[in-house]
Amino acid sequence: MKTEIAKIISNRPITGGIYDMWIKTTIAKEARCGQFIGVYPKDGSRLLQRPISICRISDDKESLRIVYRVAGKGTDEISSFKADEDITILGPCGNGFDPDVLKIGQTALLLGGGIGLPPMLQLGYELKNKCLDFKYVLGYRDSDTFMLDEYEECAGAGNVIIATDDGSKGVKGTVIDAINANGLKADVIYACGPMPMLRAVKQTSEQMGATAFISLEERMACGVGACLGCVCKTTKKDDHSKVNNARVCVEGPVFRAEDVQI
Amino acid sequence: MNTSVQIAGVEFKNPVMTASGTFGSGMEYVGLMDITRLGALITKGVALTPWEGNPTPRVAETSSGMLNAIGLQNPGIDVFCERDLKFLEGKDTKVIVNVCGKTEEEYVGVVERLADEKRVDMLEINVSCPNVKEGAIAFGQNSKALFSITEKVVKAAKQPVIMKLSPNVTDITEMAKASEAAGADAISLINTITGMKIDVERKRFVLANKTGGLSGPAIKPVAVRMVYQCAQAVNIPIIGMGGIATAEDALEFILAGATAVAVGMMNFHDPAASVKVIDGIEAYMKRHGIDDINSLRGVVS
Ligand SMILES: Cc1cc2nc3c(=O)[nH]c(=O)nc-3n(C[C@H](O)[C@H](O)[C@H](O)COP(=O)(O)OP(=O)(O)OC[C@H]3O[C@@H](n4cnc5c(N)ncnc54)[C@H](O)[C@@H]3O)c2cc1C
Ligand SMILES: Cc1cc2nc3c(=O)[nH]c(=O)nc-3n(C[C@H](O)[C@H](O)[C@H](O)COP(=O)(O)O)c2cc1C
Ligand code: FES
Repeated sequence: MKTEIAKIISNRPITGGIYDMWIKTTIAKEARCGQFIGVYPKDGSRLLQRPISICRISDDKESLRIVYRVAGKGTDEISSFKADEDITILGPCGNGFDPDVLKIGQTALLLGGGIGLPPMLQLGYELKNKCLDFKYVLGYRDSDTFMLDEYEECAGAGNVIIATDDGSKGVKGTVIDAINANGLKADVIYACGPMPMLRAVKQTSEQMGATAFISLEERMACGVGACLGCVCKTTKKDDHSKVNNARVCVEGPVFRAEDVQI
Repeated sequence: MNTSVQIAGVEFKNPVMTASGTFGSGMEYVGLMDITRLGALITKGVALTPWEGNPTPRVAETSSGMLNAIGLQNPGIDVFCERDLKFLEGKDTKVIVNVCGKTEEEYVGVVERLADEKRVDMLEINVSCPNVKEGAIAFGQNSKALFSITEKVVKAAKQPVIMKLSPNVTDITEMAKASEAAGADAISLINTITGMKIDVERKRFVLANKTGGLSGPAIKPVAVRMVYQCAQAVNIPIIGMGGIATAEDALEFILAGATAVAVGMMNFHDPAASVKVIDGIEAYMKRHGIDDINSLRGVVS
């Protein structure tokens, strides 16, 4: 992990309020899927890094891609950064998804909801490169199914199932509704999305007898494990805190669903 | 050129430290900066037993600062000694352990437990903790309670004692004087200023704890003023902190009367912030032809 003044390769909107940025950085060499980087705003009134998941690591391991939603002033400022501009980032942070949990002959479901979708792309490519069997189940708000073509390219169109809140595309409802409607089963589930979705994933995985790995969000200050701002409640006393608190920025953001109280 | 300073017989190679709770015990910053550059590292507050801390959200960004309500989560003194102090073994920097507790007995218990730990150069007593026996008013908000706890801790301690003062009082010099009178070797200030942030869209508090401590550049003028006032009021050394981001900020504190300074929240903005402050102070001394950092202390009065 390091802080680096990196170079923006491109930064463009892909749909309303969602931006896609490629950054040339040596952090890409150490990065794994499911990890995140901290992006520092330049405005001196905003001093904390914004945690953003790694969406793609380039094949030559020289650049990283992030896809982010403008959620407030910091991400709004970041969306105004231009190609060739410097950007200060911290990373790679956190533990990431472990693609090696999945074995040949087993099946995985990769669930993404809303702005939780982007980190599932790199994971898909890593499973694909190992010739492992997986399907995407993606939850969108409406027919604005951003990046859908990219998931289809990764997994093959037949292996991408979508759900929309308004029913305008795919199954009406949540990713869980889409799993049920299609009678999907899995040995391993990887998920990133809003908290209600992750709670449902935890429940569904228990019923299915699948091991679920979920990526959590929490407010962060340091991003390196020092401030203890970003904790989540764990079921067991964890080794670092000696209380039932794990740090999302170090022990997470990815947890086994059974290990956390959400 | 001399950048070293002394506090209660302990020599620091430079006056720059990292503030408690913003730097873990240094482990977290391995690879991000060189901790051996530091004059001292002040560890996260540690209590007799593990503390869970507050519910989340525990942190919130504010204009040029942040609020925190971590609630002094810590793994307890035993784990701290086995793990954190062990990590600091052999590292060329001074170690100051920040101590917290809910009763006088708890503070004294931690201090006694640390008495034979060779790696501990000094103790910093965080009196912003709620005093459960006195209606949860912080030890540091009442000069009598502060005098009493200082006296007990000083008596039990083998290492020199720094009392860390809370700014959430009417007259900080009263607290500085109580610490000095009770035998403290030094004082450090300021701890965070109690604040609040409200999410207007959701119409609720941003922090689960409702209130939190404000830190960062936003509080620096308050901190400089308080350090100056205390420097006029007591003769024991002062470690100044509150919003230090650059060497110029650190020098403000030194010119106001601080012997040493600590970098806190800005470690989150830039893990190398403290090292940049050290380099910047040296550059300033060269630029102004100053041979000894000690000659700058308190010259503005
Ligand atoms: C591990 C992790 C990975 C993430 N990955 C992505 C991603 O790939 N794409 C994406 O669009 N968003 C992601 N987020 C959410 C993103 O960090 C926030 O949307 C962003 O910090 C908002 O900043 P702001 O200044 O625009 O909003 P403001 O509300 O103005 O921010 C104020 C403060 O709150 C913090 N904050 C606000 N919302 C969140 C949140 N949801 N999670 C954590 N901190 C928050 C900010 O960092 C800042 O410190 C991720 C969050 C985490 C914890
Ligand atoms: C996240 C966080 C945790 C802190 N924890 C402690 C602590 O455990 N003990 C303590 O005495 N002060 C603690 N502080 C206060 C700092 O040490 C420092 O006094 C204060 O933040 C002002 O300095 P700054 O503006 O440079 O951050 C904490 C501050 C922050 C931001
Ligand atoms: S953000 Fe500081 S410990 Fe996780």
